[in-house]
Amino acid sequence: MLTFIIRRSLWTVLVLFVITVLVFIIFFKTPGVDPARAIAGRNSSPAILAEIRAQFGLNKPLPVQYALMMKKIFISRDLVSYSNQGVRVVPEIAAATPATLSLVFGAAVLWVVMAIGIGVAAALLRGTILDPLLMILALIGVSAPVFWLGQVANMITQGGLHGTFLFSWVPPLGYTPLTQDPLLWFRGLVIPWITLSIAYAGLYGRVLRANLIETQNEDFVRTAHAKGLTDGRVLRRHTLRTSMITFASLFGLDFGALVAGSALLTEVVFGIHGVGYLTYQAFTNLDLPTIMATVVYGAFFIVLANAIVDIVYAWLDPRIRPE
Amino acid sequence: MTEPLLEVRDLKVSFRTEDGLVRAVDGVSFSLSQGETLGIVGESGSGKSVTVMSVMRLISDPNARFEGEVLYKGRDLMTLSKDQIREIRGTGIAMIFQDPMTSLNPVYRVGWQIAEQIRAHEQVSKQAAHARAIELLAAVGIPRPAERVDSYPHQFSGGMRQRVMIAMAVSCNPDILIADEPTTALDVTIQAQILNLIKKLRNDFGTAVVLITHDMGVVADLADRIAVMYAGRIVEQGSRRGVFYDAQHPYTWGLLGSIARLDRPKPRRLSAIPGMPPSLLRLPPGCAFGDRCTHRFDLCDERPPLLDRVGGGHLDACHLEPKQKKEVRETTIHPELIEEAE
Repeated sequence: MLTFIIRRSLWTVLVLFVITVLVFIIFFKTPGVDPARAIAGRNSSPAILAEIRAQFGLNKPLPVQYALMMKKIFISRDLVSYSNQGVRVVPEIAAATPATLSLVFGAAVLWVVMAIGIGVAAALLRGTILDPLLMILALIGVSAPVFWLGQVANMITQGGLHGTFLFSWVPPLGYTPLTQDPLLWFRGLVIPWITLSIAYAGLYGRVLRANLIETQNEDFVRTAHAKGLTDGRVLRRHTLRTSMITFASLFGLDFGALVAGSALLTEVVFGIHGVGYLTYQAFTNLDLPTIMATVVYGAFFIVLANAIVDIVYAWLDPRIRPE
Repeated sequence: MTEPLLEVRDLKVSFRTEDGLVRAVDGVSFSLSQGETLGIVGESGSGKSVTVMSVMRLISDPNARFEGEVLYKGRDLMTLSKDQIREIRGTGIAMIFQDPMTSLNPVYRVGWQIAEQIRAHEQVSKQAAHARAIELLAAVGIPRPAERVDSYPHQFSGGMRQRVMIAMAVSCNPDILIADEPTTALDVTIQAQILNLIKKLRNDFGTAVVLITHDMGVVADLADRIAVMYAGRIVEQGSRRGVFYDAQHPYTWGLLGSIARLDRPKPRRLSAIPGMPPSLLRLPPGCAFGDRCTHRFDLCDERPPLLDRVGGGHLDACHLEPKQKKEVRETTIHPELIEEAE
């Protein structure tokens, strides 16, 4: 276990290094990007530009600039945004994290429950008309883009039907911290949760159905029936349990990516100021410090999710555990 | 002999496929008494496995159709509800399968899997079931059972896994143990160990055994009676002695003739049955073995019924006169085969 953690930590450091260097190089090698001009404004005099370059260290060689930026992210934590002057990006990301985590956790619970429901139902109803119907439904869910789905949800719940009893409980767009008002936190997140989870529920449901049908033909499932177990127990303890191995590894990766910022479309559509939203703004403003910090944050979560997947995988499948 | 424990009457199993109806089992009847061992012999696709799977109602293919009766202690298993059949599985009739590498669930400890079966049928605590699992592993010859009970299937060899399967099968003291090619996937040295184990358990507990195999050598040692299957039908059925010494069906002669013998001069070539089994989609109207039979004559265009032609309950489905058969047979098979077995 200890060697596993050490190996993983070294791996994380390596990944962070490579990714930050890449982002850094891409930023400075992109034609037409001049951070000093972005900070100073369009029509600034050369004197002001030179002053700003000196102030932000932009006149130093690139490796030195890189090292300084890393120091400001990891050690002094006082990296300042280029576009929102005076804003420190590390605390800004820390402040945005709870919103993203709230959104992704809730959606994950929803999509896992829905996917297991869809997958198991479709596998059990195989041969009836309900199986293809469920699969078409799942395919529609997978195909609906989240920004479109979110806009439609907003049109319905904030516009047309907001006045009726159906959706009058939906608060205006935005995020309320859990610590501030738990009920409002929940009410505000219900529609974003559903929107974000639908595509994943469809995808996971289809994957699970395929795995279940494959596992149902395994010899050990036949053995389980021959032992005289109930159908329910064979399904839960044998078929489903073994099918969850693929499901779990898929889940870990998607969950990590979403926490890392992939939920940005949902966050933007619903005005949730999470990490994805922050990244989105940083990209539109070409704000290197914020981009860099969110990339580091994202890479960290993806590596962490991978490590957790490996542990869960070993727990689910004893064959891959080290002896 | 008392009333049979298991009686299969005119069992027919067919599968609807895109190419037509496959008659996998076409009118099979046999019976099994308390403590008796029945060997069912035949090549791949002859319907042996489908027959016993149907007895256990383990075929869930929606395209399968079943006819006939399977009487276990007088109850017709084919008409029982799911819950009723579930109670019989494991306690009344237990089964072990061909491939021990895939027949155990890879994600659970073997002791857990044995205990699961015990707890499915008896009201016992987890600890008690676990302790029983250790005793059972010891009984099937697993060394250090108290440690191995917590191992996963992948930590066992093929032979050891088959022992675990056997331990699981006998955990609820079944009346009947069905062994579907239990040694086919194993090394030859391990095969003998597993067969001896089945023999020992049968003798110790008085369990009736249905042993399915394509290897006459396997049943030579173990079976009281032998049924030979070909193309979904039983073509010969009789006592072990009868089938080995006085085989009536040319297909049985072929099977007996194709056994390699180590105690005789090496033949230039091991004899084989010419041709291939017929497609189960289009069985010939007459004798299914007719096209491969070297003794075919006019009458063979009619399907030969399974009748007792030589007496003593020895059934066969061949139109040849017993006298004729005796003459031909002497040149084809090795009647000494059974001697060492006894």
